[in-house]
Amino acid sequence: MRPLPELTPENTAFWTGGAEGKLMIAFCTDCAHAIHPPQLICPKCWSDKVETRAVPGTGTVYTFTVNHQPWAPGMAVPFALAVVDLDGAPGARVTAEVVNADPDSVAIGQAMKVGFLNIDDVWFPQWEPAR
Amino acid sequence: MTLSAAITGVGMSDIGRKTGRPAMLHLAEAARRALECAGLTRDDIDGISTYPGKADNSPGMSPLGTGEVRNALGLRTRWHSAVPDGPSQMAPIQVAAMAVATGQARHVLCFRALTESSSQTATQRASIPGAGRARLGGWYSYLVPANAMSASNWAGWMAQRYFHEFGMTREHLGLVATGQRAFAQANPSAVMRTSLTMDDYLGARMISSPLGLFDCDVPIDGACVVIVSAADAAKDCAKAPLTIEAMGAALGSQETWDQRADLTTMGAHDSAADMWKRTDLKPADVDVLGLYDGFSIFVPFWLEAMGLCGHGEAKDFIAEGNIGPGGRFPVNTGGGQLSGGRLHGFGLLHEVCTQLWGQASGRQVDGAKVGACGMGGGFIAGSMLLRRD
Ligand SMILES: [Zn+2]
Repeated sequence: MRPLPELTPENTAFWTGGAEGKLMIAFCTDCAHAIHPPQLICPKCWSDKVETRAVPGTGTVYTFTVNHQPWAPGMAVPFALAVVDLDGAPGARVTAEVVNADPDSVAIGQAMKVGFLNIDDVWFPQWEPAR
Repeated sequence: MTLSAAITGVGMSDIGRKTGRPAMLHLAEAARRALECAGLTRDDIDGISTYPGKADNSPGMSPLGTGEVRNALGLRTRWHSAVPDGPSQMAPIQVAAMAVATGQARHVLCFRALTESSSQTATQRASIPGAGRARLGGWYSYLVPANAMSASNWAGWMAQRYFHEFGMTREHLGLVATGQRAFAQANPSAVMRTSLTMDDYLGARMISSPLGLFDCDVPIDGACVVIVSAADAAKDCAKAPLTIEAMGAALGSQETWDQRADLTTMGAHDSAADMWKRTDLKPADVDVLGLYDGFSIFVPFWLEAMGLCGHGEAKDFIAEGNIGPGGRFPVNTGGGQLSGGRLHGFGLLHEVCTQLWGQASGRQVDGAKVGACGMGGGFIAGSMLLRRD
């Protein structure tokens, strides 16, 4: 079974934005810094004026790996895991479970778009090639 | 700027896979051997230090804390510490060095004990953080729920990006794995001692691309003890003190695996660069190295971090034969964790010390006087330079 994240004041928007189809990222309203993983204060300027807002939900593969080992009972392999640089949030990068693609087709520089998998009260961002 | 601290003894238990032996028996054996190495007795030990302390965040990760060990070994101490959030598995050794240098203790027993081999089961794998828990917090709550559960995935990202930027191939990592296996064949305490050819390496199953089975270290049961002594107290020990010439613990990026801006570098680069600022010695002065090899890809990263070659040059440095048996800068001469077993960095330091004392029979680096050790991968990194005068 997939472990779920604890929902906290700083991360709830990120993990539940998918309910409305939105990828929510934290931004500092004072210095415009994109903050991921989300924080309650801005790590760059220490402002507490942090707000979350929807980003386009597209991005570019910075790197990836294809996992072949079942680490937990029932884990279906192989699957690709990428690290995606987000459009609309300079410097922010997310861990990206890749779906709807041949794992071996994933490549650095590839354009991706987000979708969401709902389990319980969490909407997991999942990524597929933007075609 | 030498610290007034030295390593005076090391000891390792009879490590193995699925030993079924309680962690405390491994620990006591390692402690007995370290004291014998140092020429000290139990009552000389007045400090104790470990990483991370007793912890159950993954099976067999750390069954013993300072409390369990103080009680079982009947220690009376002036100073004790466990360091879960520090510069790598080396943190307890670094804080012990600072403790003896500031007079808090004279001889500190630093330990690491693991039973990852015996403790893992079909459903509870070693080194999968938070395995079996309903909800996760902290840095790995962004990784594990996305099915990026294993450090092999996180290291795989680093390797893939490095391959992409610098043209490294699996054959380069194969040279790391087969070279360390050749070293392990000369080390009776290594757990993997059958020969490993490049064909074996390339033919093994993929774990998390581009990392295959032999790019991953081996979970074991075992314990290792390192005695850190004050400089004046070290003079009374049985062996030449191994002076801690310099240490590094710097970290310039977030404490998680995929958020460093340049994933062709890691915490090691910050930590080792800071270490070199504290000494007049240069990378060319190093005779032998212990570099963290939880995954083979960490070795080229550490080589660059330690300044033995430039960024992107490690593949050629390795291909030229620098780090294997007979090389100018031999790395992980006991077989490392890839072939020796995962003692979380302590085993690598144990081997560097053994080399500096001239006792690595069958694999001894002639005249080794200066050793460098780097522990950790990803954001986890601690560096140390040792000198035998
Ligand atoms: Zn700010």
